[in-house]
Amino acid sequence: MRFSLFIRPLALVALSAIALTQSAWAEGEDESVWNGSLKSKFFGEQTILEDKDTLEITAPYRAEDPALVPIQVTSKFPQTPDHFIRNITLIIDNNPTPFSASFDFSPQSGKADIATRLRFNAYTHVRAIALTNDGKLHMAKAFVKASGGCSAPIGTDAEAAKARMGKMKFKLEGEKVVIGQPNPIQLLISHPNITGMQMDQISRIIQPAHYVTEVKVSFDGKPILGVRGDIAISADPNFRFFFTPEHAGELKAEIKDNLGNQFSASQTVSP
Amino acid sequence: MIQMRNPQLLIAASLLLGLGFPLRAETLSLKEVAPGIFVHQGVHEVPDAKNRGEIANIGFVVGEHCVAVIDSGGSPDQGRELRDAIAQKTRVPICYVINTHVHPDHIYGNQSFRLDGVRFVGHHKLAQAMALRAPYYSDMAHRDLGITLTPEDFVPPDLPVQGTLELDLGGRTLELTAHPTAHTDNDLSILDTKTRTLWLADLLFMGHLPVIDGSLLGWLREIERLRQVQATQVIPGHGPVTADWPLALTGEENYLKSLANEIRIAIQSNKTIEQAMNEVGQKNRPDWQLFDAFHKRNVAAAFAELEWEEESTHTPSGALP
Repeated sequence: MRFSLFIRPLALVALSAIALTQSAWAEGEDESVWNGSLKSKFFGEQTILEDKDTLEITAPYRAEDPALVPIQVTSKFPQTPDHFIRNITLIIDNNPTPFSASFDFSPQSGKADIATRLRFNAYTHVRAIALTNDGKLHMAKAFVKASGGCSAPIGTDAEAAKARMGKMKFKLEGEKVVIGQPNPIQLLISHPNITGMQMDQISRIIQPAHYVTEVKVSFDGKPILGVRGDIAISADPNFRFFFTPEHAGELKAEIKDNLGNQFSASQTVSP
Repeated sequence: MIQMRNPQLLIAASLLLGLGFPLRAETLSLKEVAPGIFVHQGVHEVPDAKNRGEIANIGFVVGEHCVAVIDSGGSPDQGRELRDAIAQKTRVPICYVINTHVHPDHIYGNQSFRLDGVRFVGHHKLAQAMALRAPYYSDMAHRDLGITLTPEDFVPPDLPVQGTLELDLGGRTLELTAHPTAHTDNDLSILDTKTRTLWLADLLFMGHLPVIDGSLLGWLREIERLRQVQATQVIPGHGPVTADWPLALTGEENYLKSLANEIRIAIQSNKTIEQAMNEVGQKNRPDWQLFDAFHKRNVAAAFAELEWEEESTHTPSGALP
């Protein structure tokens, strides 16, 4: 897994903590968690460019429902064998588990765009870090204020999602696909994706975490999207992305969750 | 005007100021809407540091032997004020604190009622909802309301309700109903059989935009059932006490139905959740207060629910009338 390659020894965290005290003044307190630990934890000493030419992230400034915040990452160029985005990782600085999701793309993806729904626990940056095929890292970020009020990031009524757990459906724009061009597609997965809870001291309730850890989407056996997910992904995980078919074929989604459940679904598409 | 809430502080302050008498603590405004039924009507505001989350309708019912508190308040201070107000109105002891659901404006006064002989009553799913939300709610209370909460402030029910439960207060009986998922997954309503007063709490919003934190379709189904309940007056969670029953349900029902219908169309025409949040239901804005605070989140929650409408076994797939 590419992701684990990014994890570096703890010593780096200490180093970057020194860097933090300097950069915190320059960039504001918002960057402290990122510069202080997350950047080095996930990406070591690699340079991360904040250029405008690779990707942008769209997130609501105010998260209306902290259990369900729509996030869109848009790439600035089409996927070609010579120039493409290999991976996009989403990090939410101030969530209990900052690593939220990681998406692998291929040239067959057509366009490395991804839209999904995430849980937000606080006022925080959400970052999309893209790895291009030349090995460089590029970052776009947005600030999100998870609103307080009555709702909570855990959402409610996980029972409905549990009752239909493992059901999946693909949604295309129309009945047919366009050959040789990036086609938008949506994958809906029914899964409670619950955060889980240790023994609660008052209610004595234990609820184990139960969430989707891996999604593989392929077209005629060729990968078009790979997802590594965590508990920040909202209940009933939903992904919008692209794929470029060269002919009629079979779309297939295979998922795994942290309790070892596996599900798959497929759909034939034709031009 | 400086409003002080802590009696010790008040006494200390008045002594410091050289006053000869302690200032009177703030008292909770209460209206007796039927014999022995007292309601404090909240304000239509988003919870903040100024109103300290004290925005919901709260109150109590007095029997010959027992008082039942219905929702304890939006802050520990409001809980104390409610307890003091009860002591001023009656010598009958408090036997029950009924929490109508998990939302902060209805439960943050619980701690003030942790007294000998007081039982906490709630939906059988309330304890789980409290446990799941307490850490986040505590952070939000600190950040947005300026209130520090401890785990002890979330008092789960020791008398959980599954189906229905009757509470005998002496000379009057309360009928409690635990509802399937609607406003939340832990809604409880209370009918005072003596006066046929129906305390719906947040199953009924009036003026304040309804907030979906459970299930849009579930809520619409409960509205159909509630309509059949014979009641002389109803008490919403937000808005005025009214005898206009079941007409009082109309505004809420119309809003929820328009959401359901428009979101179904949006899903069928391949709109994204982001598009739906911006486009759906805007025509309802003039009818409601706090529309901008809660409408988009309602659309998001309802959209995610309706995407799976056909696959949900307990959901009728027919279009709503």
